[in-house]
Amino acid sequence: METVKLPRSTEKTDGFTSLPPLHRRRYRHLMWQAGLSISLTAILPLLIMTWINYSQFEETFHQELVRPVFRFTANAKRSLEFFLQERISALSLAFREKPVQVLRDEKALARMLNNLKDTFGGFVDLGLIGPDGVQVSYAGPYQLAGKDYSGQQWFHAVHMRNIYISDVFMGYRHFPHFVIAVREDNHQGGHVLRATIDSEIVNKLILGLEPAASSDVFLINRQGLLQTPSRLHGRVLEKCSLGVPPYSAKPEVYETMDGDGKPLIVGYAYVNDSPFIVMEVDQSATHQAGWLTLRRNLFLFLLGSVLVVLAVVIGGTRLMVNRIREVDLRRAAVFHKMEYTNKLAAIGRLGAGVAHEINNPLAIIGEKAGLMKDLLLLSDNPPDRQKLLELVESVLRSVDRCSTITHRLLGFAKHMDVQKDQINLEVLLKEVLGFLEKEASYRNIEIVFDVPGDIPNIESDRGQLQQVFLNIVNNAFAAMENGGRLEIALEKMDGDQVAVNITDSGSGIAPEHLPHIFEPFFTTKKGGGTGLGLSITYGIVEKLGGDIKVASQVGRGTRFTVILPIRRKDE
Amino acid sequence: MDKIRVIIVDDEEEFVQALVERVQLRGMAVEGFTSGTAAMKEMEQKDFDVAVLDVRMPGLGGLDIVADIKRRWPERQVILLTGHGSAEDAEKGMRLGACHYLMKPIHIEQLVEILQQVAGPGQKEQGDE
Repeated sequence: METVKLPRSTEKTDGFTSLPPLHRRRYRHLMWQAGLSISLTAILPLLIMTWINYSQFEETFHQELVRPVFRFTANAKRSLEFFLQERISALSLAFREKPVQVLRDEKALARMLNNLKDTFGGFVDLGLIGPDGVQVSYAGPYQLAGKDYSGQQWFHAVHMRNIYISDVFMGYRHFPHFVIAVREDNHQGGHVLRATIDSEIVNKLILGLEPAASSDVFLINRQGLLQTPSRLHGRVLEKCSLGVPPYSAKPEVYETMDGDGKPLIVGYAYVNDSPFIVMEVDQSATHQAGWLTLRRNLFLFLLGSVLVVLAVVIGGTRLMVNRIREVDLRRAAVFHKMEYTNKLAAIGRLGAGVAHEINNPLAIIGEKAGLMKDLLLLSDNPPDRQKLLELVESVLRSVDRCSTITHRLLGFAKHMDVQKDQINLEVLLKEVLGFLEKEASYRNIEIVFDVPGDIPNIESDRGQLQQVFLNIVNNAFAAMENGGRLEIALEKMDGDQVAVNITDSGSGIAPEHLPHIFEPFFTTKKGGGTGLGLSITYGIVEKLGGDIKVASQVGRGTRFTVILPIRRKDE
Repeated sequence: MDKIRVIIVDDEEEFVQALVERVQLRGMAVEGFTSGTAAMKEMEQKDFDVAVLDVRMPGLGGLDIVADIKRRWPERQVILLTGHGSAEDAEKGMRLGACHYLMKPIHIEQLVEILQQVAGPGQKEQGDE
């Protein structure tokens, strides 16, 4: 037999046969589902855009902070290198031009000092030191002639490299200064010209490059000692709190925190051929006001947009779900009405059979009563007591027959609200078939029940099940010729289900019609059925949590299988 | 005057019993049957004037028999009984040759009147002519 199992997702689009349960929870779930997916779709791109903007702005602001520090540090490095180179060159030139004999004269040395002071500035004193390390002549504010430098480290250094620039120190002079010493090996027989430079001039030089007002600019040496005063990181010759940055030939910028946890931007550059490292330290927080405002605006915009999206989504979703609910309710009402109409129609179809069934006992009553009257009126002899008793018994039996039929009809016509009821399927099926017993007997239709012992009672709706089976059995009777056979077999299935197989030996359903038989308004009955019977049957079975299948072969018959859950699931 | 000979066929035995007795009390020769097959056998062997047949019976129904009777014994009359609200079956029976139909429950006077009408002395004489 060809079997058609309708796929649940595609089988019905008209809505008549599958109605969703109208429970509040379902619509709340639907609302959440729709709301969340629409919100995500709307908000996610917004979040991504904001994040991209945020990153780009942050990067731009960062560059804005870093670039001036870098530029200043690079400038300061160049200026300092130029400053030192200029003084080294001046000293070397002056030293080369004057013979040692001339420079031994302190007056000549003093003139040279004055020239250097006038031309370059920053020179404090000038001394000529012999190859043995003893100061030969001295020009300057102190009495240092004859001082022996031979044991000092700088003296050895200048002998090795010919040029020497010292760290800043206090020395005898009690103000921060540093030393530039040059040695002219060939020309001056190993004498050294040593100049002291006031480090204040270096301080002025870097401050003259106009650093940002918020920044702190100073020099440190390679041991981390401050070479010029710092506003925030210590006094001259104190240890700088930031430590010594790693060596780099180029200016560098890095970010760090000060002792209070405030963010700092630090630019530094190693000054070539000197012990100095120029540092610019800027408190980045002071520059961040603009960034913070922008950031706040960005977040406010995001928040505002999200709130607007949420408001629109919540409002829209609620409206949509309410509409769906209204449509569902309307559909449910229509379906309910159709179900009822179908039931009335089914009962109407039974009417003829029922009338016949009632008319038979009524006819018997009529005849028996009539015979009693006849016996009393027409017979010459008085009626026999036993005979009368038999007639009355017959009348009473017929009355019982009538009342059985009327009670069955009344029970069947009860209104069909969905209820939970413990149902013995065999009893229910026999009740339904009770209506068709007579027709079956006139038409010689054999009805066979196959009920195994393990069929449990099921929890379902009695009225609706009656309607389902009545529809199927009515169709079966319509499809069968006289002398057909109707088999009804119950079967316990896995997963707490019971299957009811109703097999007729009727004309069968053509394969091309089989997929459509549960569609509303589909009918092949020649007289023109409503086409609603099976679609309603399908809808009811689905509503009861079950399933319905059909298998058919033209000329041999049709089998409907109704699968019902033993326990009714709450919708 | 000969008695009118009537055969009554209905699957309800109690109905047949009472009706047979009542018609007998009204002076006719009546035989009752509860199946079409048994009645047909009897009809083949005995002469009768009118058959009163229930339309719906298990096995051979009234409609199955009426055509057979009219084909084989056109002079014999058939009256149909129906328990149906609808007159469809009865009309079909009339087309097949039945002369009357009655709805159950029936009125005995009406039946007797019809029986006399279709098989009474006048009718018989006409039939004899």
